[in-house]
Amino acid sequence: MSEIAGSRFTGAQPRAAVALASMWTYLGVLPFFAFIIAFLIFPATNLFAGAFQDAKGHFTLVNIQELFSPYILKAYRTSLEVSLITSVSGGVLGFFVAYAITMGAAPRWVRNMLLTFSGLAANFGGVPLAFAFIATMGRTGFVTAILKSICYTAADASKVCPLDPYEAGFNLYGTVGLAVTYTYFQFPLMVLVITPAIEGLKREWREAAENLGATPWQYWRHIGFPVLLPSILGAMLLLFGSAFGAYATAQALTGGSILLVTIVIGQQIRGDVLGNTNLGYALALGMVVVMAVCIAFYTLLERRSSRWLKR
Amino acid sequence: MSQSRFNPWTWLWITIGTLYFFVPLYGTFDFSLRMKRGQISFLAYEKVFADPKFLQSFRYSATMGVITVIVSIMLFVPTTYWIHLKLPRLRPVVELLTLLPFIIPVIVLVFGLIRTFSRPPFRMTQTEFTTDILITAGYVILSMPFMFRAVDVGMRAIDVRTLTEAAQSLGAGWLRILLSVILPNLRVAILSGSLITFATVVGELILADFLVRPALGPYMVVVGGGKAYEPAALGILSFGLTWICLGIIQLVSRGDVRLQPIGR
Repeated sequence: MSEIAGSRFTGAQPRAAVALASMWTYLGVLPFFAFIIAFLIFPATNLFAGAFQDAKGHFTLVNIQELFSPYILKAYRTSLEVSLITSVSGGVLGFFVAYAITMGAAPRWVRNMLLTFSGLAANFGGVPLAFAFIATMGRTGFVTAILKSICYTAADASKVCPLDPYEAGFNLYGTVGLAVTYTYFQFPLMVLVITPAIEGLKREWREAAENLGATPWQYWRHIGFPVLLPSILGAMLLLFGSAFGAYATAQALTGGSILLVTIVIGQQIRGDVLGNTNLGYALALGMVVVMAVCIAFYTLLERRSSRWLKR
Repeated sequence: MSQSRFNPWTWLWITIGTLYFFVPLYGTFDFSLRMKRGQISFLAYEKVFADPKFLQSFRYSATMGVITVIVSIMLFVPTTYWIHLKLPRLRPVVELLTLLPFIIPVIVLVFGLIRTFSRPPFRMTQTEFTTDILITAGYVILSMPFMFRAVDVGMRAIDVRTLTEAAQSLGAGWLRILLSVILPNLRVAILSGSLITFATVVGELILADFLVRPALGPYMVVVGGGKAYEPAALGILSFGLTWICLGIIQLVSRGDVRLQPIGR
């Protein structure tokens, strides 16, 4: 009898107690959620709401429509160009470096050194990076000076310096220069992201292919590359997003003369350069949409690649 | 073993990678030493250190870095602990939230903060003190992915439940458990998160620039616009500081600095 009474007792009372206890439990994470909502979610949604309002606060789609005006489209095109170029250049260079240190015959210390460097360089950006490339590839920079000094005397006794980058049309303060600068943090990022995937390629697959008479090229064409493809694409999307959202390096390098989306947003924060405050909010919204799409596809590809490559 | 043979392709890519890494560093260092015409000198560095504005802005950024680290620890350690102990279901949600700064670029974040908090009823940009509160909040958000990840990984490596129950059975309260049991076990994780947070804040440009605070980032942009050799020296100093922080992390945590940077 006492057992039944006891179980009834514990059965009835906890309902209220559990509800109370779980309320207390959730209270423990309240500061975190309050902070995130106050300083991230709320400001962001506030901004996005502004994208759908006119100056008087009425609902409108005009701002979204104006995103397709030539000036803004040009900013998006420049941003896309720089992000595409650097995700490919950084991606290819990073992939081969990662391949060399995992599959190649590189000694262990070389591998560790490059991985450590990648950890450092991938975290490097902003103003100092711009300074570094001005000192290196700027008009009076270190590498520019070396390349300029490689000259020969042509048949007509004039001096020809075939490697002078600025004679060849290179400009550090334009799209190409920015891409060269961004690649400094892009390729190490690729090395960090893709190395675990390359390490996940099973030795047995290669051996099985070799036993069946496959050449190294056939192994890569039919096994290695298809297995790695989702990882490679995913990593490149990550690089794309990392370049697309960058502001400080471009601002410090070009003084804001290159019209990226981030730079235009910066100009808009300083003053109403677009002639419509709410258009600035639409610009920010467009930026976040592009970033969200990148990260979403990255997550999808990650999931797909984990089918073959156990991390 | 055909694997151990000398492979020219391997060495080609390793050389290119190493050169891409080192040449800009060496170029900057070389450039920073050439302020005196025709000779090598540390004059550019002397000029930088002699500039009171450099010291002021560095002091400001370092102070904000330390404050941000303290606030981050106070916010993320108890939260992560609580989630591991009581609300594991919530972990994916929290993780997703902490990764949001990857999707929302800093320039958009600062735009949102200004639009929201510079107007009534908040008017936080009207005094320096409230602006500093706002910028600290921004820094905490910015470094959130690093700090959360570091603490989360550290928390996963220890048996939170057993430690808590042992402490409780000895009569410890929550604060006591956090301070004397959990925190000491998370030393390495918290140190890693703190160092990367500190490095992020000290080199940060966007928040400080748009909230008009006298930080190192905006100072460097001003110097970069007007001078030739000092920026190179500043670049090297900044490299040095960031890499000391990251180097310590690699030392203590044996090299998992696989974090995507934010705030370029």
